[in-house]
Amino acid sequence: MKILIDEGKCVGAGQCVLAAADVFDQRDEDGIVILLDAVPPHELLPQVQDAAARCPALAIEVVE
Amino acid sequence: MPTLDHIVLVGASAAGLTAADALRREGFTGTLTMVGEELRTPYDRPPLSKQVLAGDWEPHRSTLRQDTDIQRLRMNLRLGCRATGLDTAERVVTLADGDRLGYDGLIITTGLRPRRLPFGHELAGVHVLRTLDETLTLRAQLLAGPRVVVIGAGFLGSEIAATTRGLGLDVTLVDVEPTPLARQVGTWVGGLAGDMHRDHGVRLRMRRHVTGMTGDNGRVTAVVLDDGTRLPADVVVVAIGSVPATEWLAGSGLALGDGVLCDVTCRAAPRVYAAGDVANWPHPAAGGRVRLEQRTNATQQALTAAKNLLSGPAEAVPYAPVPFGWTDHYGTKIQTCGWCPSDATIEVVDGDPQPRKADGDPQARKFVALYKVDGRVVGALGWNSARALREYRSHLTENSAA
Repeated sequence: MKILIDEGKCVGAGQCVLAAADVFDQRDEDGIVILLDAVPPHELLPQVQDAAARCPALAIEVVE
Repeated sequence: MPTLDHIVLVGASAAGLTAADALRREGFTGTLTMVGEELRTPYDRPPLSKQVLAGDWEPHRSTLRQDTDIQRLRMNLRLGCRATGLDTAERVVTLADGDRLGYDGLIITTGLRPRRLPFGHELAGVHVLRTLDETLTLRAQLLAGPRVVVIGAGFLGSEIAATTRGLGLDVTLVDVEPTPLARQVGTWVGGLAGDMHRDHGVRLRMRRHVTGMTGDNGRVTAVVLDDGTRLPADVVVVAIGSVPATEWLAGSGLALGDGVLCDVTCRAAPRVYAAGDVANWPHPAAGGRVRLEQRTNATQQALTAAKNLLSGPAEAVPYAPVPFGWTDHYGTKIQTCGWCPSDATIEVVDGDPQPRKADGDPQARKFVALYKVDGRVVGALGWNSARALREYRSHLTENSAA
């Protein structure tokens, strides 16, 4: 699994962090997504997919 | 589990697309039909009043899925075609072209239509903004350097004022409330939002009703206020709220009120669910029916509605989200979670609502405010504090299921 993020689309809602806190964080100054782990272990796939589905800006792409 | 061979989604925006995604991801392999009034594949609305109107994004960047991802959903796409009726007894959706779609499952995601004033809309130069096409039409008119009057200082009107001012235009923002965003987040934060507009050179006309518009040769020339003021205008944007797009459901047997009235599982009738801006349901933690006009809700509610449709009523789960919304103007990000009623008591818990002049940017405020009703925290608002706000979400989940 590989994760691609589009910072230009990110709106800083933080939904991804609520879904998968081991993989995503937010910048302090503007809330834009920080990818903590671009190639997370496979067992986190459901959480990462949930994060991508809940992102209100569709800024997360999961390549399986 | 109900037997489902054909699911129809009416509404082709964020909620409808999310429902399609969720149905396929959950293993639905039957026929999936998506009906959309606009002749466009699903696109995102929050960027319309911001990046698209500003010209910072090419219009296609607001498209929610690439063509290949749409194809992967194996949908029968009926775009540019309005649904005109629903028969829940026969399980048939009627379309404007006369076609009739039978269904075993239906998800209604028809969203909103902009409210209009009882006058003025026949004049050229008077706009509403809900669709991408409306945004591009407005943007084209802005290129001529018009004087702009925005009527309504809620989230949409405030963003349009900020974006048009950012293009260097002469902008006046009018509202009946004492401050911008007063209905949405109260007058304390609204006052700060008003300061921000003034600092950027937008003229505010608060506590004023619009009583009319004047035109010349069919083109708007001015907006008239209740104190007799005449605001010269070449372009007027009416952003006075929206109404749920439910007119096509008249006579369907569905309970309609402020939207499609659902139960706690987003179900409006057997095998019929609703999600997004159009759905009205009893929120278990809110103490009553709510309807949320928030982008995040479109996604979350569509996920729940899709899963509940597939699982059937016996297995359906209640929908009890912590609401989340945001607005961006002048580079400032205002986010809300939970409820931020205008009569709440405000407590600043993080940061400083006073402008930090030391760093040379008088607009650089940063704080989190809690909204309390009867001593109970019901919501929180972050002003340039996205990360800090998330920490306060837990204060709300104690009062409201996650």
